[in-house]
Amino acid sequence: MPPRTCQFCQNARAIIRRPKTGDHVCKECFFNVFETEVHNTIQEAKLFKPGDRVAIGASGGKDSTVLAHVMKTLNERYDYGLNLFLLSIDEGITGYRDDSLETVKRNQQQYDLPLKILSYKELYGWTMDAIVEQVGRKNNCTFCGVFRRQALDRGAASLNVDHIVTGHNADDIAETVLMNIMRGDIARLGRCTLICTQGEDTIRRSKPLKYAYEKEIVMYAYFKKLDYFSTECIYSPDAYRGHARSFLKSLEVARPSVIIDIIRSGEAFEVAQEVVIKEQRKCSRCGYIASNELCKACTLLEGLERGIPKLGIRDGKRKKIEIEATEPDGPLRTIPMFKLPSVMENSQAARTETTAPS
Amino acid sequence: MANDFGLNVTMASGETINLKIQFGGGAELLFGNIRSHEVSIPAIAAATPSGSKQADRPSDITFLIQWMKDNMLKEREGLFVEGETVRPGILVLINDTDWELEGEGDYILQPKDEIVFISTLHGG
Repeated sequence: MPPRTCQFCQNARAIIRRPKTGDHVCKECFFNVFETEVHNTIQEAKLFKPGDRVAIGASGGKDSTVLAHVMKTLNERYDYGLNLFLLSIDEGITGYRDDSLETVKRNQQQYDLPLKILSYKELYGWTMDAIVEQVGRKNNCTFCGVFRRQALDRGAASLNVDHIVTGHNADDIAETVLMNIMRGDIARLGRCTLICTQGEDTIRRSKPLKYAYEKEIVMYAYFKKLDYFSTECIYSPDAYRGHARSFLKSLEVARPSVIIDIIRSGEAFEVAQEVVIKEQRKCSRCGYIASNELCKACTLLEGLERGIPKLGIRDGKRKKIEIEATEPDGPLRTIPMFKLPSVMENSQAARTETTAPS
Repeated sequence: MANDFGLNVTMASGETINLKIQFGGGAELLFGNIRSHEVSIPAIAAATPSGSKQADRPSDITFLIQWMKDNMLKEREGLFVEGETVRPGILVLINDTDWELEGEGDYILQPKDEIVFISTLHGG
C-alpha cells in the first residue's frame, strides 16, 4: 500500500487515522489539530479567565500527563494567563501509586510546574494498603473514591486554587453514560456529560479532554514521547466499568465515531425535574460538603477507626447503615476542618457585591 | 538477532524475517514486562485457525499476532488477542504509522519492520 498523504497539509506522510473524523493526518498536523480542539473546547465552555489558579489532577498516567502538557502549551500559546499547579493524591498503594508518583515528580521537572502531593496517610491516617487489610478487596474502591474526591479538594484548597482540571477523556465519559443508563442512574446521567461541575461551595472541576479520544491521547503521548506510567491498580478492578469499556471498544472498531455519538446522546438527554437533588450542607465534624450530618469520608473513617468498616457502605438492598453523629467515645482520628481556598472567599465576596441590589 | 522465540519454528520452515517489536501503555506487562524485543518469524505464514486466511502466504500482521500469542505471550492472552486480531483498545503502529492506514492485519511484513503495540486499557 503506498504511503498516504496528510489530508490537511497535502504534503507530509499521514501517520494516524483520526477516529472521530476518519481523516488521515501527518504528525505535525495531528499535534496541531489535537491541541486546537482542546483549545476550542476550553474557549467554547469559557472554562478559564486570566489570573485563574488552576490545579491539574496528576496521576502520572497517560491522560493527566497529556493534559498537563497540553494545558501548559495552550496557556503559553494563547496567553490564557493561568497559574498552573500539579496536584497528586498518594493513596498509599505500594507498587502502584509510589511508582506513578515518581512519574509525576519527573513531570514536575519537565513542565516546570509547582507540585503538591497529598497522601491519604497524612489526611486520614490510613493508607489504602492498610484499608484493604482491614476491609478486604470487596468495598475498597468505595473508600478510595470517596477519599480521593475529598483529598483533591483539600489539596486544591491548600494550593489556594479554585479550579481543578482532570484528565477524563471522551472514552471515559462515554463509558459513564453507558453505565448510568445500564443502572438507571438518571441523576448522574444528567450531569455526567457536563464539562464543568460547580456547586455553591465547591471547587470547580473541569474536563478539558472531554472530547479527546483515548486513541488520540495515547498517540499524542507516543509521538511527543511523553513520560507516563501505566499499570492497573493492584486492588481494582472496577468490573462493571470494565464491561462497559470492552463493549465500547468493540463498538469503536465497527464505528469509530461511536464514542462522540454517545457523548452527544448523553448531552441531549433532558432529565425530568422531579429528580430530587439532596440539599447540600456541611459536615458537622470536618466542614466538608455533605448530604447528611456527617460527610461520607468522616463516616467511612469512623467505621475504619471503630473497626466496623461497613459503616456508610450500601449493602445489596441499597440500605445504608447510618450512624448517629455523636462524639466518638475514644480518641478517634478525624479529618482536619475543611476551609475553602481564600481565592474563593474573595470571589464569593465579589459576587455578593456585584449581585447586591443597587 | 534471532532469540529464543520461534527459533525452532524458523529452522524448520526456512526463511525468516527479523522484526523489532515494542510494547507500551501496559501491554508489556503481558510479555514478561519487557518493552523491546527482536524476533525472527517465518517469512511464510501458517493458515489462521479459522481458515479465514490460508497458509503459504507471505507473513502479515495477522500471522504475527498469532505467532506472538503462541511464542511470546506470557499471561492473560485474552487481554491481547481477540479472535484473530488484537483486542480492541490495543493500538498498533507499523514503522510509526497507525496500522489503520497500512491495511491492518493484511499488511505484509518487511525485514526490519518495527511494530509497536500500545495498550489503552490500562489506567490513566
